[in-house]
Amino acid sequence: MFTVKKGRLAAIAAVAVGAVVALAGCASGDPLGAGSTASGDSKTLVVGSQDYYSNEIIAEIYAQALEANGVTVDRQFRIGQREVYLPEITGGKIDVFPEYTGSLLQALDKKAAGGTADETYAELKKTLPSGLSVLDQAAATDQNSWTVTQAFAKKYNLTDIASLKKVTEPITVGGNSELETRPYGPTALKEKYGIETAGFKPVEDGGGPLTVKALVQGDIQLANIYTASPNIKSDNLVALTDPDGLFFPDNVVPVVSKKVDDKTAAVLNKVSAALSAENLVSLNSESVNDQKSAKAIAADWLKQAALF
Amino acid sequence: MNIFGDALNWIIDPANYSGPGAIPMRLLEHLGFTFLTLLVASAIAIPFGFVIGHTGRGRGLAVTTSGGLRAIPTLGLLTLVALWIGIGLGAPYVALTVLAIPPILAGAYTGFEAIDRGAIDAARAVGMSEVQILTQVEIPLGLPLLIGGLRSAALQVVATATLAAYVADFGLGRYLFSGLKTRDYAQMLGGSILVILLALALEGIFATIQRVVVPRGVASTRLLVDRARPARPRPGMEPAITKGNP
Repeated sequence: MFTVKKGRLAAIAAVAVGAVVALAGCASGDPLGAGSTASGDSKTLVVGSQDYYSNEIIAEIYAQALEANGVTVDRQFRIGQREVYLPEITGGKIDVFPEYTGSLLQALDKKAAGGTADETYAELKKTLPSGLSVLDQAAATDQNSWTVTQAFAKKYNLTDIASLKKVTEPITVGGNSELETRPYGPTALKEKYGIETAGFKPVEDGGGPLTVKALVQGDIQLANIYTASPNIKSDNLVALTDPDGLFFPDNVVPVVSKKVDDKTAAVLNKVSAALSAENLVSLNSESVNDQKSAKAIAADWLKQAALF
Repeated sequence: MNIFGDALNWIIDPANYSGPGAIPMRLLEHLGFTFLTLLVASAIAIPFGFVIGHTGRGRGLAVTTSGGLRAIPTLGLLTLVALWIGIGLGAPYVALTVLAIPPILAGAYTGFEAIDRGAIDAARAVGMSEVQILTQVEIPLGLPLLIGGLRSAALQVVATATLAAYVADFGLGRYLFSGLKTRDYAQMLGGSILVILLALALEGIFATIQRVVVPRGVASTRLLVDRARPARPRPGMEPAITKGNP
């Protein structure tokens, strides 16, 4: 019985190895006309998304836009970490993935220079490993920001990050614990602008409701909140402007595998061209405040944008 | 890359023993948090447990309520409370107290239930008041199981108290969260090891207390019962506990 089991295992292993080899052959067998062999009616593209509600909405928009143009889509949403899904895209298991230019660039290259949105995009294109490419970036951004309440901003006449120097009361910073050590964290505020902070309170929900509440209640005065968060509007917060590029611009951009051909790329580029920063905030708001599903939000937006 | 070795190096690295967020400080915070939580949970659960155990009433309610409390996900409760009262230590205290109540409550009333009814009837027969029965018979005899409840609560709280760092700059959980988010896995694993060591130390302490608090008469019969059931009970020990009595 043991040997039978062993034999079966060996057979399974052989099939698995064979399949991997065969698939690898498919992936690299057609370096020029990427997707041309797979194109036609039976073409299926895998669309993925991060484990972040806003990212899922964008992925759903991509998916529905592709479907409207005759592409069969397989949705693999809510994948956690970048380290997990990037190899999947390189390996051709995921074909379309919404990303953010600056964050992706910093994940690929810790020493990246950054700069304006266009500079970041250009640098990202150069940094991407082979097998990955990005299409056009959207005007929509969802980036880190130093955010204060409107009352606090008014009191000290705050506009940009440097103006925090005018604050005379102690500033307690709040956000995910990694913020403490990030290149734009409290240390950078001190070294770059001479802004003294009075301590760090970790709130581990990524600029979510707990962070917003702590900011509004005055437990913290300065928080890291994503600029596309609908809370900025609904809770009267002010994201301080960042003229010196302390934060990398994080424009929404589709990362695609080799299977995405020019025709498909044109569809996604059309979506990116239409997706404005205000759009993204209101899409997020429909999810957070109206509790609508990503599917419904994406369908509504595509209908309104009337792209296809 | 030996992550376990890195974690041990992180634990013994002298740089982690000074300044803000040093290991001894985090350990003390964690321990203090655990003890205060157990204290508050005991203050709530023990009186209830004693009343239920003494009167025999409300047991069904206690079982269902504590069962329900056990089912509450601590992180969910913590977030909910924090949304209500704000960030800081308040929410973790509430959430962890809710976590600690069921085992202490169960320990308190099952301790009473395990007592041989004959012992209580005998106490009543020799003219002891209800208060005397409670303080001189039921509490001493029920104490080992109560300590057992405290022991299991302590274990749960010390391990789950890492969640306090979700909304506060507090405790060993800080190493876990910041290690995870910055991919500093040595720090994360090092923090976990410290939590485990703390849990083991508390286990040891409670196991010792549990042994010490067993009344002498009970302990000696227990020993005999455990070894081999004696052919006949020792003279004078008839009313004492025999294990497994309903």
